[in-house]
Amino acid sequence: MTSAAPNLELTARQLRYRLIQMSHAAGTPHLGSALSCVDILVAAYWNVLKIEATRPADPCRDRFILSKGHAATALYATLAERGFFPKDWLETFATHGAPLAEQPAPNCAPGVELATGSLGHGLPVGVGMALAARIQKQDYRVFVCLSDGECNEGTVWEAAMFAPAQKLEKLCIIVDYNKWQATGRSNEVMALPSLREKWAAFGWDAHEIDGHDIAALTRLLQSVPNGSGKPVAIIANTIKGKGVSFMQDDNNWHYRVPKAEEVAAAKKELGLA
Amino acid sequence: MRNAFAKQVTELAQCDARVVLLSGDIGNRLFDDLKAKCPDRFFNCGVAEANMIGMAAGMAMSGLRPICYTITPFITYRCMEQIRIDVCYHHQPVIIVGTGAGLSYASLGATHHSCEEMGMLRLLPGLAVVAPADAMEVRGALKAALQYPGPVYIRIGKKGEPVIHSTEPDFQIGKALSLRAGKDVCLLSTGNMLPAALETADLLAKENVSAAVISFHTVKPLDETLLTDAFQRYKLVVTLEEHSVLGGLGGSVAEWRADQTVAGARLLRCGTPDEFLHETAEQEDAREKFGLTAPALAGRIRAVLG
Repeated sequence: MTSAAPNLELTARQLRYRLIQMSHAAGTPHLGSALSCVDILVAAYWNVLKIEATRPADPCRDRFILSKGHAATALYATLAERGFFPKDWLETFATHGAPLAEQPAPNCAPGVELATGSLGHGLPVGVGMALAARIQKQDYRVFVCLSDGECNEGTVWEAAMFAPAQKLEKLCIIVDYNKWQATGRSNEVMALPSLREKWAAFGWDAHEIDGHDIAALTRLLQSVPNGSGKPVAIIANTIKGKGVSFMQDDNNWHYRVPKAEEVAAAKKELGLA
Repeated sequence: MRNAFAKQVTELAQCDARVVLLSGDIGNRLFDDLKAKCPDRFFNCGVAEANMIGMAAGMAMSGLRPICYTITPFITYRCMEQIRIDVCYHHQPVIIVGTGAGLSYASLGATHHSCEEMGMLRLLPGLAVVAPADAMEVRGALKAALQYPGPVYIRIGKKGEPVIHSTEPDFQIGKALSLRAGKDVCLLSTGNMLPAALETADLLAKENVSAAVISFHTVKPLDETLLTDAFQRYKLVVTLEEHSVLGGLGGSVAEWRADQTVAGARLLRCGTPDEFLHETAEQEDAREKFGLTAPALAGRIRAVLG
């Protein structure tokens, strides 16, 4: 998959610019959180998931749940780019009556598996989907992307204990570990480190990688199920606001909305101007 | 009621491959038969109720019909947001069964009481709230819930309650069951209060007060046809529940009545007061303290009738 990486690196930059435009146009926050998970989504949606845009409800499809629903723009832009719905839906994002709200509603658009926004819900639901696959003798895999702040929620760890007990090896979580939660350093607000060891101790086949390395993400995601008999946890080290120097690792961009000149500057930095 | 629940779930699971039982680490040996017959569709989810509800939603989204079961306060209060978002917001056909509802586990203390949960749950859009009266109604309620097009919450008692119905009634969610006809008073009983309701009617009969008795097993959606008739026909309508007078059956009926153009009969709500039970008590002691025994109920009704 390394050979595909250069094109996908461009795709990721284009998606990032799209998110910045959407945040600017709609006046919506959480841009930094959306930018940090773009490469995870690109690796999953272009290289890994067995999905077809024309058959979004295929019972055999792989499931991808963006449990950090506040980063919905990243999911919307990804699904539009992959052909699940028209790209012009992105232009009405978060406007009255539009299909795409700030955080996804149930069945709001083809390809959106779950309404999220309250943290700690995606993994339990994903575990249920993985169990359903086993009961119904289907082959699909379930991927759940969590934020590091989301790992504060107790339900994440309830599910983290349950999934290995059931040996759900077709389940994989990816933690978008951007080191910031809404109002503080995620390693300081809670005793989060060492996140990889925590997931490993809970019984997961746990890995830590560069969450902006599409080729590395692809290799790990593709390996699910990997024969370990365990669900897979990927701690993806990322940078909040990734791709734009004045947004990177600056938590003001959890809530800030970019101005027109900042959108233009970002475009230049992303090599798209 | 819980033995009837276990038997009925086992029967349903055998004839419907979509049925899955999720238990919150209770019912030791209760589900042995189910585990033997459908080993891949029983899960002890541990003491992790919120995760259990989320998983059930994920299963329902994938075409299964999960039934979640544990002690009432833990499967309701503790996972209110999972019920609200994962189940109700997505309108998934998950069946949530709380056992030991109301004051069934009075002796275990207020951590195990559930006299507020119907009030909380009936606020959730699309969720049916059902309180069967005996083992027969439990069986009917489960079958009806499996046919219901949305999520259903069922509160049941413990084991050994009196069985009122001689055969399984035609149980439909939202359609109350008439047990006894009467002329003066209409007793609307929900859940395990039905034996007390019948006894109350007997006591009233001795004083020439004729009381109809209804098993009003569905708190949401209300049987409005029956309510309209009852408030026109009787002098007094009484709600009986092992639940707070706030928000449960009495609260629901009071809200409904406030919106009617013709108010009709007076309403008397009998349930638990707006307080925790702090003292050590068995279920009967607790009912006595809260005026939910037949003699106390008959006395209150006579006083209102004047």
